[in-house]
Amino acid sequence: MIVNYGVGNLASIFNMLKKIGVPAVIGNTQQQVRDASKIILPGIGHFDYCMQELKKSDFYDTLHEKVLNEKVPVLGICVGSQMLMETSEEGNEAGLGWIKGKVKKFQKDELPSDHKIPHMSWSDVHPKGNQPLYEGIDQPRFYFVHSYYIDPADGADVTATADYGRPFTASVGHGHIQGVQFHPEKSHRFGMQLYSNFAQRF
Amino acid sequence: MLLIKGDGLVKSVQFKNHKYVGDPINAVKIFNDKEVDELAILDISASAKGKGPDIKKISEIASEAFMPVSYGGGITTLDEAKTVLANGIEKVVLNKSAHERPELITQIANAFGAQSVVVSIDVKKTMWGKYKVYIENGTKNSGLDPVEFAKQCEKNGAGEILLNSIERDGTYKGYDLDLLKMVGNAVNIPIVACGGAGSLEDFRAAVKEGKASAVSAGSMFVFQRPHNAVLISYPTQKQLVEQIYSQV
Repeated sequence: MIVNYGVGNLASIFNMLKKIGVPAVIGNTQQQVRDASKIILPGIGHFDYCMQELKKSDFYDTLHEKVLNEKVPVLGICVGSQMLMETSEEGNEAGLGWIKGKVKKFQKDELPSDHKIPHMSWSDVHPKGNQPLYEGIDQPRFYFVHSYYIDPADGADVTATADYGRPFTASVGHGHIQGVQFHPEKSHRFGMQLYSNFAQRF
Repeated sequence: MLLIKGDGLVKSVQFKNHKYVGDPINAVKIFNDKEVDELAILDISASAKGKGPDIKKISEIASEAFMPVSYGGGITTLDEAKTVLANGIEKVVLNKSAHERPELITQIANAFGAQSVVVSIDVKKTMWGKYKVYIENGTKNSGLDPVEFAKQCEKNGAGEILLNSIERDGTYKGYDLDLLKMVGNAVNIPIVACGGAGSLEDFRAAVKEGKASAVSAGSMFVFQRPHNAVLISYPTQKQLVEQIYSQV
């Protein structure tokens, strides 16, 4: 189930799942969240705006219950992955806090001068060890658009890194809770494999 | 870079002599298979006819595009931008609207982030050799200096500039490196070079010498020279790494 709280590129994710034959619904009701066997949490734009919109939805509590109590696998995409964290330098809203840590802003002076913010490009992604999400993906490359990056408190929650003038966390994972900073739905065959891994291996 | 005119895909030379190159959906499918990094789709008939973006067509194209896609053509309101972005498009491209209603850049940037709004700037040299921004598909001189206009767009919240040289369009003569440098030095947002690509060497030069953040090409990817027969092609990742990424 792709969570629809009014934010994010739901159509792109849905299109890719359809392309790889994974049955999906775009949902915005409590019942749909209750029925979900797997959850994709998209997000785009401002962290605070995304959190506010999600908190406004009437399935917000159900979502927590599904993920924390029933341990239903969840995959956060882009700002959706940042929302899994506790706080963000982009705003004051609390994140979901499902993974310990925060979201930080790329600082201009820590990047080479020709590295503009936002980081908006394809980048090589380096999975840490054998990550089920990246299984079968040879030399993974994904499309990124972000000015902020996830920074988990526990290094063990980093599932992959990428480089943008400096290394940063490209994805996080803590068991059934996974988040990717990039856009798999816009990363053709790499993304198809990643979504298919999420559907089959979690 | 794909241009739509009416229902078909076309390619121009110096913004004129549009040649039909095929069906948009079919082309997008081929570019998918070739693992293209990004697509920009501009409907050059939308603004001219005064109609808004054709959402049905855009959504159809987006549903086949598993790479980042920008769309431009006929967007004049925040609502239209919102609908385009909700239909599987990552970035909206403004051209005429960036002149007529610069506040739209700001509105889109505030609502969806600066990364979702691209301003395309079409530039041509006047008879006196001065670069000027042209509008209405390159037919009308706005009188504006591209450097000043680009700075203004950045200030208004644009996340990216698609810098198009009208004279180089469809000529395979290479990008206008002077123009790229001039505008690139004046703004902090990424500049995408457009107009004139004929080879991977041109890409390299635009990035290395022109300091462009990215490059785009139209004719080079849809035509086969010397006779400009329609044949969609795209370099492999290996070629790109060896001939560009490792050289810049």
